Amino acid sequence: MKFDTPAGPNPIDRMKVVGRAHDRIDGPLKVSGQAAYAFERREPANPAYGWIVGAAVAKGTIRWIDTDEARAAPGVLAVVTARDAGPLGKGDRNTVRLLGGPRIDHYHQAIAVVVAETLEQARAAAALVRVDYDRAAGSFDLDEALKAAPATDDDGKRARADRVGSFETAFAAAPVQLDAEYSTPDHTHAMMEPFASIAQWNGDELELWTSNQMIDWGRSDLARTLNLPKEKIRFHSPYIGGGFGGKLFLRADALMAALGARAVGRAVKIAMPRALMANNSTHRPATRQRIRIGASRDGTITAIAHESGSGDQPGGGPENAIGQTKLLYVGANRLTALRLAVLDLPEGNAMRAPGEAPGMMALEIAMDEMAEKLGMDPVEFRIRNDTQVDPARPERKFSQRQLTRCLTEGADRFGWSNRTARPGQVRDGRWLVGMGVAAAFRNHVSRPSGARVRLDGGIVTVESDMTDIGTGSYTIIAQTAAEMLGVPVEAVVVKLGSSDFPASAGSGGQWGAANATAGVYAACVKLREAVTQRLGLPLDATFANGRVRSGTISQPLSKAGSLVAEDRIEFGELGKTFQLSTFGAHFVEVGVDSYTGATRVRRMLAVCAAGRIINPKSARSQVIGAMTMGVGAALMEELAVDRRFGLFVNHDLASYEVPVHADIPHQEVVFLDEADDKANPMKAKGVGELGLCGVGAAVANAIYNATGIRVRDYPLTLDKYLGQLPQLA
Amino acid sequence: MSDLPRLEISRRGVLAGTAMLSASPAIPARAAPVQDEPAPLMPVRFKVNGKDRQLSLDPRTTLLDALREHLHLTGTKKGCDHGQCGACTVIVEGRRINSCLSLAVMHEGDAVTTIEGLGTPQKLHPMQAAFVKHDGYQCGYCTPGQICSAVAVLGEIERGVPSHVQADLTASPRATNLELRERMSGNICRCGAYSNIADAMKDVIGSEVAG
Amino acid sequence: MKAFTYERARDPVAAARAVAARQGARFIAGGTNLLDLMKLEIETPTHLVDVQDLGFDRIEPTAEGGLRIGALVTNTDLAADHRVRRDYGVLSRAILAGASGQLRNKATTAGNLLQRTRCPYFYDTNMACNKRKPGSGCAAIGGYSRQLGVIGVSDTCIATFPGDMAVALRLLDAVVETIDAEGLTRAIPIADFHRLWGNRPEQDTVLRPGELLTSVTLPRPLGGRHHYEKVRDRASYAFALVSVAAVIQPDGTGRVAFGGVAPKPWRVEAAEALLPQGAAAVTARAFQGATPTKDNAFKLPLATRALAAVLAQKD
Repeated sequence: MKFDTPAGPNPIDRMKVVGRAHDRIDGPLKVSGQAAYAFERREPANPAYGWIVGAAVAKGTIRWIDTDEARAAPGVLAVVTARDAGPLGKGDRNTVRLLGGPRIDHYHQAIAVVVAETLEQARAAAALVRVDYDRAAGSFDLDEALKAAPATDDDGKRARADRVGSFETAFAAAPVQLDAEYSTPDHTHAMMEPFASIAQWNGDELELWTSNQMIDWGRSDLARTLNLPKEKIRFHSPYIGGGFGGKLFLRADALMAALGARAVGRAVKIAMPRALMANNSTHRPATRQRIRIGASRDGTITAIAHESGSGDQPGGGPENAIGQTKLLYVGANRLTALRLAVLDLPEGNAMRAPGEAPGMMALEIAMDEMAEKLGMDPVEFRIRNDTQVDPARPERKFSQRQLTRCLTEGADRFGWSNRTARPGQVRDGRWLVGMGVAAAFRNHVSRPSGARVRLDGGIVTVESDMTDIGTGSYTIIAQTAAEMLGVPVEAVVVKLGSSDFPASAGSGGQWGAANATAGVYAACVKLREAVTQRLGLPLDATFANGRVRSGTISQPLSKAGSLVAEDRIEFGELGKTFQLSTFGAHFVEVGVDSYTGATRVRRMLAVCAAGRIINPKSARSQVIGAMTMGVGAALMEELAVDRRFGLFVNHDLASYEVPVHADIPHQEVVFLDEADDKANPMKAKGVGELGLCGVGAAVANAIYNATGIRVRDYPLTLDKYLGQLPQLA
Repeated sequence: MSDLPRLEISRRGVLAGTAMLSASPAIPARAAPVQDEPAPLMPVRFKVNGKDRQLSLDPRTTLLDALREHLHLTGTKKGCDHGQCGACTVIVEGRRINSCLSLAVMHEGDAVTTIEGLGTPQKLHPMQAAFVKHDGYQCGYCTPGQICSAVAVLGEIERGVPSHVQADLTASPRATNLELRERMSGNICRCGAYSNIADAMKDVIGSEVAG
Repeated sequence: MKAFTYERARDPVAAARAVAARQGARFIAGGTNLLDLMKLEIETPTHLVDVQDLGFDRIEPTAEGGLRIGALVTNTDLAADHRVRRDYGVLSRAILAGASGQLRNKATTAGNLLQRTRCPYFYDTNMACNKRKPGSGCAAIGGYSRQLGVIGVSDTCIATFPGDMAVALRLLDAVVETIDAEGLTRAIPIADFHRLWGNRPEQDTVLRPGELLTSVTLPRPLGGRHHYEKVRDRASYAFALVSVAAVIQPDGTGRVAFGGVAPKPWRVEAAEALLPQGAAAVTARAFQGATPTKDNAFKLPLATRALAAVLAQKD
């Protein structure tokens, strides 16, 4: 199905199932421990255990590697290094090779896998692999490297700044100006389930059970790496213990399991040790951002510039922290630019809301600072600069944009009018209390997505390689099929996460829900045609309550017998004609300990406008989860770089702190009632990343409101402002 | 090494870069490989979810790996394997522990309850049902640990075990929102379902909860 | 984790003998720190002597009016004991501020005292670390040191003792009791139990090989207000940036010890005399001669402010 004109009325609009809060259909399995994640699959019999050895240096070459002792250790079946792995390619989506040696590209890059009968034996033997390195100098200091870094586009190709009008002239002429620098650190996904895979060869065919957000990408890149035709690989990922972008790509667990299994002629299972995860895999790159805003005295932005620098491995790309600034606020004169430095730290790549997450952390502090300079309320300042069109191309409208309503409704609900504009005025015992606001913005992405729908005796089975990374895909797909075919959710079986099924949009970039359900919609439209044909009913028959009805004729759906339909949603030019984006507003109240500077979040509210919400229950969970991650980014999360040795030092969950229960207060989420007919037949967009964008800045702005201290360097840990807190009595 | 920029020499005069390499496990001189004897297996007997289980294990096997790899009770999850996340939480002799930081052989004679022992999809434990009702999870990976912890936390409050956030240390603890969140803090949920988990726990407690 | 043999000891002297007799033998009780380190091969015992059946799991009054805490009493049980809550609140509070409910259920009194540093360079076996591998150097010096020590550290190691419970025990002048392979017992004042690193950072405590910790005794209760103020980046389940244990008497005198700053719980008795003059006076004296790094210099003002918060509390 090609989606190239705005969706008209369709069966989803009935919203008997779609749009209603529904418990997760996979919930009972998950809460009882019956959902089997990658490392837990029992399909391959008698697997051996693999243990990955990571490089001990960040850059250099392996002078020699001695695996004799490891091979001789009890239970060891094989040790595979680059020497024994045969010729390997590299996945299109991997910047750096997953198996290092003799060249080492980054710290903890996999250099060997030890396969043994038991996990204990494999782990112990892995410590016996001896390696001598020629360590080479590397580039590990972002600030240093950025000094000579070229300007690029968002793919990392050399490019000039993106300009509209004349920023410099307008900024110089603006009566009110802000020119400030912000920094965000490297973040790690820290999903709870480590990278894990079980690989089994059947002749020259490989079957892999893994934890991966994008089945078709993973399968293609594994095929490319192993120099196999893609068809030789079956790739399964039915349950995924969190990804956040970390599992968008093929990673070393999958490759090393495949190599290990080939070496020992039996299934091999590997989970990546937690201590390897931060440096072995990808991370959200640190940014150094400069924002300049010029405005007239009435608060209208006349000039806005956002520049961001980040670093990555050779051949990598920048963190596109400036994207939202092209679209979020008015301003006739605009400048956005990226710089990309070459670093020898581990590969930078997507983490939840790549680009916008760090970009909004900076931009929305800048907006708060500017509002203060103007003497305006920060909600009012944002509303003043709202736009219904792409500021660079005014002929291009947003398909739907209710940013102002998000802000006003949020302000009402949160009690924003009780905020004291002058900072540092509100006390609750030893706590300094403040409120902060930030806009939320994230683009919607349309991607083709396929599904197969089977009808058999009134039971509908949906098959798609779509993944559920906690987003609720199982449930919203069941809701979609139920709505389309007029059956209860309980009559729908959903099978996901396997290359045996049609390729879908996959899970990433908050595109999963809308596109995957649109693909299911397309397949259901086809199935409806087949059903009406078989039942001898016209195409416009209605499907409801397990029956198919046209005029006075009504037949049970089950009478259609067994039917299969497959289709995919594809997209035309609507996403170019219109700007498809999602919007929101975050409100946060914090308390800052006037003695120690420790910050605790007291209240949080998000108001989101993101098209039709397919399942308000799981969508709300996406947003509160994103808000939680935003609190982490604001207050504690930072991969600490050792610039001498080129690694992230705090590479475990004790030293890389993410929020715990006690950090998070009750969180409110409101979805505005929307349906975006330019997006897809579901009229839905995404929320999972929107919920993160802006949260960090709302926290930072609340800390400013509480203390009068402006910190522009994330995370806002107490050491950065302790000296500016009120003097002790 | 000679082409390397000279690494910072600390105020205490230790050339860290050189030291690192000399400290690397990679560097020890090649020793002739010696065939190591496999560690002798050890018997262990414990009760898991009411069932007697007898295993013969490498002494290095953690309780977590015994459950997952030997008894195929994979509901108990391995998130970090170092006591830093809580995904492996099980209830041993009535107390919740991190099963990753305990050797199986140290549990001779113990009664272990895992998520599988609390309830099944057909017959959920009230806490499991409350997690479904309140969407107290997303990816589901930390969930069994969260649920085991949640069940145990209610027991701890009932037994009067105090917590960090208790204002009056000598008083009996109450199941306030603040208390629940502090006591659950050893179970990390990166999906960020904390607010919903608190709601699920309050639902199970049933009574009106302050805070 | 290297292979090891395992035995379950039935009597303390036999346990001490088993450990003393074998190079590389270690006691194990709760295991929460030892197993963590064994998985990373930071600790590589060849033989484990499990002491959980030795019966040191009671809290009993002493003739002097204090309490004797068995070495195997779990952190949960110690913090929950009604006598401890009533008379040694700082100890309950310190324990409850540390780790998680699960860990406290398993971790023992002895194990808590013997926990090793959380320095990230100690935890990464590719890095130089004099504590993990004597003579290899200290990668933390000149590296990421935000969490590390500001006083009592040395040219060979800037790690901290990471625990909370011991800070309270130091404040209370607890005494650690041990038994050795000969059956000889020893009472070690907590002040002497943990070492400053000097040039032997691999040795955390004054325990001798095979010496088994049997109990910790608390002197008579001090009265006063008991506080444990722990400052960290997240609200729970995190090691202290700085912690302050304090017992303050109605006349403003009292005791104060700091955690997260040094190789051992940091208490300077001479500084306590300055309590009536306020927090700044106390910390100026207590942290005299501090050698912070750029990353952790904030711990000094933080210690002052955290103590000020304690002193400002009225009940």
